[in-house]
Amino acid sequence: MRVVVEKRDTRSKRMAILIPLVSFIVSLMLGAIVLIASKSNPLQAYGAMLNGAFGNARRFQYTIVESLPLLMCGLGVGIAFRLKFWNIGAEGQYVWGAIGITWVMQFWRFLPVPMLLPVGLAVGMTLGALWAGVPGFLKAQWSVDETLTTLMLNYVAIGLAEYLYINKWKAPLGNMGTPEFPREAWLPQIWGKVHAGIFIALALVVLLWFLLYKTRWGFELNMIGKNPKAARYQGVSIKRNIVLAMILSGAICGLSGSVNTAAIAHRLTKGVNAGYGFTGIIIAWMSGLNPFASILVAVVMAALTTGADALQIAMKLPESMGEVLQGLVLIPLLAGSIFVEHKLKFIKKEAA
Amino acid sequence: MKKLSVLLVLLLLSTTLIFAQGGKEAAPKADEPFKVGVIYISSPGDMGYSYMHDQGTKAAEAYFGDKIEVIRMENVPENDGAARAMEQLVDAGCKIVFANSYNYQDYMLQVAKENPDVYFEHCSGYLSNPNMSNYFGRMYQMRYLSGMIAAKMSTSGKLGYVGAFNTPEVVRGINAFALGARAINPKATVTVVWTNTWYDPSLERQGAIALLDQGADVIAQHQDTTEPAKAAIERGKLAVGYNADFRSIVGSDSVLVSPMWNWGNYMIPAIESAINGTWKQQSYWGGLEDDMVKLSPISPLVPKDFQAQVMAKQDEIAKGSWDVFWGELKDNTGAVRQKAGEKMADDKMLTMDWFVEGVIGSVK
Repeated sequence: MRVVVEKRDTRSKRMAILIPLVSFIVSLMLGAIVLIASKSNPLQAYGAMLNGAFGNARRFQYTIVESLPLLMCGLGVGIAFRLKFWNIGAEGQYVWGAIGITWVMQFWRFLPVPMLLPVGLAVGMTLGALWAGVPGFLKAQWSVDETLTTLMLNYVAIGLAEYLYINKWKAPLGNMGTPEFPREAWLPQIWGKVHAGIFIALALVVLLWFLLYKTRWGFELNMIGKNPKAARYQGVSIKRNIVLAMILSGAICGLSGSVNTAAIAHRLTKGVNAGYGFTGIIIAWMSGLNPFASILVAVVMAALTTGADALQIAMKLPESMGEVLQGLVLIPLLAGSIFVEHKLKFIKKEAA
Repeated sequence: MKKLSVLLVLLLLSTTLIFAQGGKEAAPKADEPFKVGVIYISSPGDMGYSYMHDQGTKAAEAYFGDKIEVIRMENVPENDGAARAMEQLVDAGCKIVFANSYNYQDYMLQVAKENPDVYFEHCSGYLSNPNMSNYFGRMYQMRYLSGMIAAKMSTSGKLGYVGAFNTPEVVRGINAFALGARAINPKATVTVVWTNTWYDPSLERQGAIALLDQGADVIAQHQDTTEPAKAAIERGKLAVGYNADFRSIVGSDSVLVSPMWNWGNYMIPAIESAINGTWKQQSYWGGLEDDMVKLSPISPLVPKDFQAQVMAKQDEIAKGSWDVFWGELKDNTGAVRQKAGEKMADDKMLTMDWFVEGVIGSVK
């Protein structure tokens, strides 16, 4: 007997709901095996994780704060993904956002202090857009593989940020990082730890939803991704749209870096490349590129991180166990998604 | 929309679980142990920096027995995740929280201000609050002694030093190492490579290899793992460890000596004072006299009479009759930074941002 994977004739609605659900249960069970093997009660451990992520107002706030950069990076890369342009450079674009706002806060002091924050966000956004525009242009002009260029540019951006906070822009007194931004220019907190970046993130969700589903441009992007030939016959400029989509994608990832830096670290310092850009790829993928769905996925992913803290505290498990469980949640969900559009077909061998 | 509904179901599922979990938090009992939170930058499995901190934690656990309960958090990032970790420890009922890496300090200060009833102990920084102390040790004293041994055993006089960051702590250690080396061999040089990470086994190893390629025959390090020392030994060269006794961990006499930490000597009194309610804010910088730092047993490759010479120097430091940064000091551009007869004050040491003569490399 042979097993082949075959594309489904229609996207099954029932499967689209059932498969992620089953995948999630499978991942919980896989995690349970690992937990039992390390002599922990899986129910207790999952309970501790949920409690750690949502158990009280403070924990919930931390989960929201953690979800915001994930959401924004997910939205950013999602735009490029619509064109099947694999922007895996969100991390670098995020870092450029952090560099941009730090540049403004530290060196643009000719501006009145209340202007520093908005200008800083705009500059961070612009730098992220430019950084993403380069691989976009290379792809559009000479078909240079974007997976490589966007990935490698991450390390250039991270290296530059390190050079800036360790050497060039370093605060005196041997501190490892730039001087703190003026307090009046911080992005304010609005509910406990939750900062005003939540408004920016949610506004982006609505804006992008409108742009992608309600405008001609959004329609064009979708067409390029699904059927580039048809798009070309319709007179849609693929080159132009690739560059535009990448600029928008980088702008959002850059803004995410600026927002987080202005709200949390208040300076460029170690820990700026926290991996939000990379996790953003998972957010975009798992949300099916839907901006509203991204909110939920980002919160779930953030909860996996904040919840993992609780594993160490309540269960006295090592930190690596949290990472194992996070990985185990992802693999079945991502692997399972193939069955939404494909099905297994069993072919019996014919008798000789 | 399909995916959306799936996620809605998931969220619903998770919220029900949360509510099922709610109200389960047990009320604290009167005879509950005193809870101590400990945050590590890496995992105690690094066999270096966090390992030695964990040895200190274990010493405290052995000393207090059932009176305390320790909650450890490892691999905590130096960003908002650190503040979150500290708050979660406070949430879990910890009355004193230790954190062992430099860049935690801003986050600890922020959490300390919001939790005045909890004591905070930050290792290696300079920030403080009425309920937050910082503590560290005079590791430079041991660096000097290890520099003496390195220079004695080097044939080329070229010593290599794998450094993490250009912070005063690391710079001070390199300077002390170079001063010790040049006290034995005035022509010895110390070449520095920066890895820009405390903990990265592969980058640490690469740094050591770069130095070996340049002709260094003894590799010293300010890193969290044993990789630089291992790289040197694999090339048939010598190494100076750090944090823990690398000679026994790596299993080679080519590790000449290791400057070591003894964190328990600080943690135990700090926890004791927190339990008794006599805790006081301080900026602690203990040295040899407090047994905060020490030298591992020296490798048998080092001649016995020279070992005695090193021990004699150590006695001078312990007695306070001599210290590393006393007397005339030139930087590596030849400018005099301290005149003969002067003793460097602690604040100058804690902000040191220049290399002494004989160090090849740049702080900036």
